[in-house]
Amino acid sequence: MTSRPLYHLLDVCFELSPDFALRIDDWQHSAGQTLCLVGPTGAGKTTFLKVLTGLISLQTGSIEFDGHGWSQGVASIDDSRRIALVPQRPLLLSRSVRANVEYGLQLRGFRADDWINELLHRLGLEKLAAKSAQTLSGGQTQLVAIARALALRPTVLLLDEPTANLDPASVGLVEQVLEEMRQRHRTTLIWATHNMFQARRVADRVALLLAGRIVEISARDDFFHRPVDPRTQDFVNGRMVY
Amino acid sequence: MESVLHEILPIVILSLAVSLTAVLISCVLGMPLGVCLALSRMRGRSIIKALAFSGMAMPPVVVGLLLYLLLSRSGWLGEWQWLFTTRAMILAQVILDLPFVIGITLTAVEAVPEELQFQLQSLGATPWQLRWTLLGESRNGLMLAAMTALGRGLSEVGAVLMVGGNIEGHTRVLTTAILLETGRGRFAIALSLGAILLTLALAINLAFIKLRRQTSR
Repeated sequence: MTSRPLYHLLDVCFELSPDFALRIDDWQHSAGQTLCLVGPTGAGKTTFLKVLTGLISLQTGSIEFDGHGWSQGVASIDDSRRIALVPQRPLLLSRSVRANVEYGLQLRGFRADDWINELLHRLGLEKLAAKSAQTLSGGQTQLVAIARALALRPTVLLLDEPTANLDPASVGLVEQVLEEMRQRHRTTLIWATHNMFQARRVADRVALLLAGRIVEISARDDFFHRPVDPRTQDFVNGRMVY
Repeated sequence: MESVLHEILPIVILSLAVSLTAVLISCVLGMPLGVCLALSRMRGRSIIKALAFSGMAMPPVVVGLLLYLLLSRSGWLGEWQWLFTTRAMILAQVILDLPFVIGITLTAVEAVPEELQFQLQSLGATPWQLRWTLLGESRNGLMLAAMTALGRGLSEVGAVLMVGGNIEGHTRVLTTAILLETGRGRFAIALSLGAILLTLALAINLAFIKLRRQTSR
């Protein structure tokens, strides 16, 4: 790995419920790389992303982000503002689409009309800009959630099934916009997906999560063509693993 | 006719002035408190919530009596010399309005999904920015809180009568005037005052409905 580690998680434990805990023994991720998190439903992908936001207090373990230690896994406001999340089920404010996209910048006291216009245009949201966000379809809501996160030009973009509600053309568009973003701003993408084809298209590295643990993590081609763990072999071959 | 108008107009104006001032003060104090209670995870939160909701059932005449005792010359707050002034009437209405404002605000903010709070934080909202945004998201509930408080204030008679004294030209409001005119047997005037009160309530509610439509767009 040539680029410097952006995240370093050590002995992390986050108990979501008595039945489920996310346990990460030692995990590092480099700036500018795209990691795809794959795994069956309930494997802990969403919880992992939530932990990476720095907004959740951990039971044990440590997180280092760009050289800064987070106390009990909670980031400083400066660090947390470098990270943006696109949730699986985005909730928008009862404002216009444009106001939703501008929201994060507004919190930081910035205005960037040209950038917002560009984003709305790139994601095909121009005509919806003045519309109330509460009247949008599921797919449109997802696109607005992506736009509001991209508006912040974050260092890290955490994506939780960001294309789950989208038609194939929009999936292609989103993947293209995210790739542009990555190249222009060296954004680090951590992307949870159920779609193995998508993981093959976008990932530099892929991690398989099972029952809250990382089973295997490797470069994309190694993961899909030379998996080490038998559970990864089963998973990439379409056999259900638990 | 002119003399009746001359008599009634100051009463209507004072009723509105007292109730609107009380609502304004209650909103300034009660809404932030309602938001903090809705978002707080502190111990004793449910007790404070129960107190706020119980406060909605507070009998105005009891509030009037307690305030009367506090504000009378020998009372703890006697030095203020507020008894039989509009200040005392506003204070009484603030005490009666506050539980409604706190309770309805709290319920409105609690109705905002917790996941939205997390998503707003993930976009960089500080705790204060989060509270402010949630206030905006609960705006229909907040308007309802203000309107309920105003309705209670305008129609309230027990407390304002006890601490205001129903002094003509000074502390006489619509409800206390209705009481007085009924006692005097001047039912036509009492009914007219009642009609004015109902018209005011209707006008305020229509304005509320219009405002709600506009802000929901």
